[in-house]
Amino acid sequence: MRDVAVIGYGMTKFGELWQTPLRDLFAEAAVACLADAGVERGRLQSAYIGCMSSGLFNGQEHLASILCDYAGLAGLAATRVESACASGGAAFRAAYLEVASGASDFVLAGGVEKMNDGADATYCLSTAADQEYEVYHGITFPGLYAMIAHAHMHRYGTTPAQLAAVAVKNHRNGALNPYAQFPVEITPETVLKAVRVAEPLGLFDCSPVTDGAACVLLCPVDVARELGKPVIRVIGSGHATDAIALHDRPDLAAIPVVGLAARRAYAQAGITVADVDFCEVHDCFTIAEIVCTEELGLFERGRGGPAALDGLTARDGKHPVNASGGLKCKGHPVGATGVAQIAELVMQLSGRAGARQLKSPRIGLAQNMGGSGGSCTVHILEVGS
Amino acid sequence: MISPRYHREIPQRYRLEAGRCEDCGEIHFPPRFVCRKCGGKRFAIEVLPRRGKVLTHTTIWIPPAPFEIQKPYVVAIVELENGVRLTCMVAEAPPDEVRIGTPVELIFRRLQAQPVWEVLQYGYKARVLAG
Ligand SMILES: [Zn+2]
Repeated sequence: MRDVAVIGYGMTKFGELWQTPLRDLFAEAAVACLADAGVERGRLQSAYIGCMSSGLFNGQEHLASILCDYAGLAGLAATRVESACASGGAAFRAAYLEVASGASDFVLAGGVEKMNDGADATYCLSTAADQEYEVYHGITFPGLYAMIAHAHMHRYGTTPAQLAAVAVKNHRNGALNPYAQFPVEITPETVLKAVRVAEPLGLFDCSPVTDGAACVLLCPVDVARELGKPVIRVIGSGHATDAIALHDRPDLAAIPVVGLAARRAYAQAGITVADVDFCEVHDCFTIAEIVCTEELGLFERGRGGPAALDGLTARDGKHPVNASGGLKCKGHPVGATGVAQIAELVMQLSGRAGARQLKSPRIGLAQNMGGSGGSCTVHILEVGS
Repeated sequence: MISPRYHREIPQRYRLEAGRCEDCGEIHFPPRFVCRKCGGKRFAIEVLPRRGKVLTHTTIWIPPAPFEIQKPYVVAIVELENGVRLTCMVAEAPPDEVRIGTPVELIFRRLQAQPVWEVLQYGYKARVLAG
């Protein structure tokens, strides 16, 4: 396998973009990505594009073709990748493997979702759960994570205040992110007193419904050097699946697919979690960030909540988590999220993260998961020479 | 819910029919083509016990459209007496009566208040057992 680098990123602003069609969201991110990389579109050899549910949200399938056409990339070998909310991470992994294999030199990894187009978003998202044995019985995505939260609270004593600390921290970070959907700070009271969605989760425990797209460009490290690019190398790519029904997994206070993907990524990179300087974590709900930080090994089981409340995951904490604002504040256009996380790693590792820039990080980790834990990707990037 | 699928799922929804692996004894609900534990493919039908306990739960305040007029409602993961787990609503109980460990039994109920694609939706819900 060849060493692979990420040499450019492009993103739309995340938000309710009623006037922008699905196809133009992707086009904007793809064009920005190629410009950032300084690579002519004719040199691109293929693309993998994550999207969870354009069929339900927009009534549009056959997605890779229409997106590439409208991005000025007609003719490109392109594939849409679906793994629910982990679609973006899975697309990035496919692109990574194609470059690593030697089959192609320049591959675009993209992600897009247009969730504000008139469809019932709660229903569309619920199709990432078991349609026949969960959704049929009235469960929703906030409901599944609420059941994880109750199990975690019962087992470890995790509190609503600890959940709220995740949202407050992510809004503090995201307030500094020009791509974020809700770049404003909030207080714990706002989170705790918000309208209930699925007990014990309220509105501010939940990531929003978002339109947006993100792209990154991958090429061999040797080629990146020839282009005079800073080398941001993919040193680990872990991917795993699990049962999608929460009730089919033995431990309801854990999300084991995250730990499994992480161990695979750490093993490939030859590092431990102690070597990771910062993480982008899939905080679709506040409880998800707490459980995922435990699964990644940042904290012992049951310590994710206290760690969030004590500031260990703040930008100036021991383990900065979601310096971008995370899904909670930045927004969660589901298929785009995994690629947007990689874009944030690239910004941080190349010193281009503006007001939310971390202090000279060297190794960053992005964790992207699907459903209530039926799939997960973990990618580790290192900046070097 | 389209009617061919609804018809196919009646043995599970109406009669709680699970599949017991004839090689290792693992019980699957719903039945599977291949045993997740041993890879076996020979199964016998086994009707699930109706009693169990709540492993975790939530109260849904923002439901998908077909459940709108039932809100708020409680959904739980229930572990039955033989260890099989399933997700279902808890009927006839105020949310604060449902806790982790609460004993329940499965009952047959209409699940959604309105027909969806002209099919009325029936199946199992849980009911809290008096202490
Ligand atoms: Zn078996």
